[in-house]
Amino acid sequence: MKYITEFRRSELAQGLISHIRHRSKAPARFMEFCGGHTVTIFRYGIRQVLPQNIEMVSGPGCPICVTANADLDKAIALAKIPDVIIATFGDMLKVPGSRSSLQKIKAEGAGVMTVYSTMDALKAAEDNPDKPVVFLGIGFETTAPTVAASILQAEERGIKNYYVLSLHKLCPPVIRALLDSGEVELQGLVCPGHVSTIIGSHPWEFIAKDYGIPCVVSGFEPLDILQCVDMLVEQVEKGQSKVEIAYRRGVRPEGNRQALKLMEQVFEPAPAHWRGMGEVADSGLKLREKYRRFDAEANFELKPGPVEEPAGCICGDILRGVKKPADCPLFGKVCLPESPVGPCMVSSEGSCSAYYLYGEGRGG
Amino acid sequence: MEDKILLAHGSGGRLAHDLVEKSFVRTLANPLLNRLDDSAVFEVSGKLAFTTDSYVVSPMFFPGGDIGKLAVCGTVNDLAMSGAKPLYLSLAFIIEEGLLLSELEKIVNSVQAAAHEAGVEIVTGDTKVVPRGSADKLFINTAGVGLIPEGVDIAGDKAKPGDKVILSGAIGDHGIAVMSQREGLSFATTLKSDCAPLGGLVADMLNASRNINCLRDPTRGGLASSLNELASQSKVSIKIEEKDIPVREAVLGACEMLGFDPLYIANEGRLVAIVPAEDADKIIKAMKKSKYGRDAVIIGEVVAGPAGRVVMKTVLGAHRIVDMLVGDLLPRIC
Repeated sequence: MKYITEFRRSELAQGLISHIRHRSKAPARFMEFCGGHTVTIFRYGIRQVLPQNIEMVSGPGCPICVTANADLDKAIALAKIPDVIIATFGDMLKVPGSRSSLQKIKAEGAGVMTVYSTMDALKAAEDNPDKPVVFLGIGFETTAPTVAASILQAEERGIKNYYVLSLHKLCPPVIRALLDSGEVELQGLVCPGHVSTIIGSHPWEFIAKDYGIPCVVSGFEPLDILQCVDMLVEQVEKGQSKVEIAYRRGVRPEGNRQALKLMEQVFEPAPAHWRGMGEVADSGLKLREKYRRFDAEANFELKPGPVEEPAGCICGDILRGVKKPADCPLFGKVCLPESPVGPCMVSSEGSCSAYYLYGEGRGG
Repeated sequence: MEDKILLAHGSGGRLAHDLVEKSFVRTLANPLLNRLDDSAVFEVSGKLAFTTDSYVVSPMFFPGGDIGKLAVCGTVNDLAMSGAKPLYLSLAFIIEEGLLLSELEKIVNSVQAAAHEAGVEIVTGDTKVVPRGSADKLFINTAGVGLIPEGVDIAGDKAKPGDKVILSGAIGDHGIAVMSQREGLSFATTLKSDCAPLGGLVADMLNASRNINCLRDPTRGGLASSLNELASQSKVSIKIEEKDIPVREAVLGACEMLGFDPLYIANEGRLVAIVPAEDADKIIKAMKKSKYGRDAVIIGEVVAGPAGRVVMKTVLGAHRIVDMLVGDLLPRIC
């Protein structure tokens, strides 16, 4: 088992596609929550092979995209403090905040470094003991445990100049907020794969029970998505709503207990700002009081200035699934991968980027 | 203590002279270089191809090659992509003070090995040493000239609808091999860079048919960017089949882990050829017999359509656009 080519096999895909076409009768709108799923769907042209009665809409599952400008501005303000080094995953560099981006202020001389893991950030703190190193904690439940681990390591190793700006976000609360808004009507949810690796499939039960919406956790290869859609169709046609896993090689119902324990130890739920959705209660993570000395927000005075949103950009509506990139007057004209206006065109997992790069809305 | 390059090695004085004599000329020896005049002087007759490229890869040594081999192969391949037989190269070093002499000698040895394999001579050169921090260990520039055989007319704007698109082997090996060695990212892989001189392969292809329209080596930006360039220059569309594009499991795995698409990963020993459909079979046959073309395969064709558009039929039978690379994927891979 090599886990990649097996899940891209053309003949198996054809079998699933014809099963879906045969089985699916009722009109159904499925949301893929996760940006990684959006990319797979476009990269392999999955929308083109599904029957007309199935509509796929992209959800808010791109951590970069949902980071609010107010939070980006905080990160930029931090980087501007003399001697502070911001350690971040590369994707964040290009995202425009209200007035600048990390990439721009880096070129102007601010301390911004790209890291591939939290442990790299911790090492940078060790290597530069006289400079505060702040890791930008962006991401969902998938990345939060590794950030928690880095804080525990810093404590254990007596590293005093390591901080985290915790902008983490939690998926189940935002899905509830999305469904409560009543803006988008769904017949099925493609639940995030990597997030579920950590939290398991149990946290999605409320969607099936309270909202009557079928849920299937999916992996990221084309066969994973097709199998997931097939399972959703089966539930829709049978009038069921339950939580199933189409990603057994990565996800257990109870999740990863050790990772959850780490998260619980270091973080507690807090309100978070989501682009397009505003503040959602208990949908973020902040450092517990015990770890306050690692909390960048508690230890630096930040004056990010007033928040400005890019004029005309509808990223917020796109993230809620109520509009599509092609509905945006800027898409493909002013807003392009090389000159992005909003974050959904910047992030490799952003809907606008996926739509544009793989040709949807370009007569592709 | 191990010998290191000092600023004085670039001063033009005794140390500099010794370095050139002992570390460069002795290894790279040939009649044109041995004269040590200000210019290499030689006669040629015919149509010349002339190119230059600079090499800044980090780390300097990577599985399957090093910056020296790359500096020869890169320039040789640029000449070969014009259909030229590569002849002579220049070699200029910009060295950061403190570089180990043993590392420099290892790199000069691989320059010589690559030049020998490619059938070219290093006929002129230069060395500069800059203070610590002004360069990262070693940068190399090479320029090269080559002779274009009679009847060969290869250019990026010559692709025509109906032409076949040939790829010489699996994509992404170089970029992933280099990345696997990066500090902060190192991961275990058995993958080696595909870095290789392609002059011989191109000569074998031209022996099979002189009607090759376009050649390109998909280096930075990968296969996707090369195809986009050719489609733009020729004002045609190109259609490729995902299932026909060879990618090793190790490259697929690394790409999944890092969130990359193999179509955008750099290669240093692969080429894309666009050839008339009726010549495709004999060209492929010749490639398969050549050392660096054994896995040659047709991956698609040129079609009439919007200029510069590359479309791929996915393994699911759907179609998607293959765009140019935007921004940086991997810093300093060549």
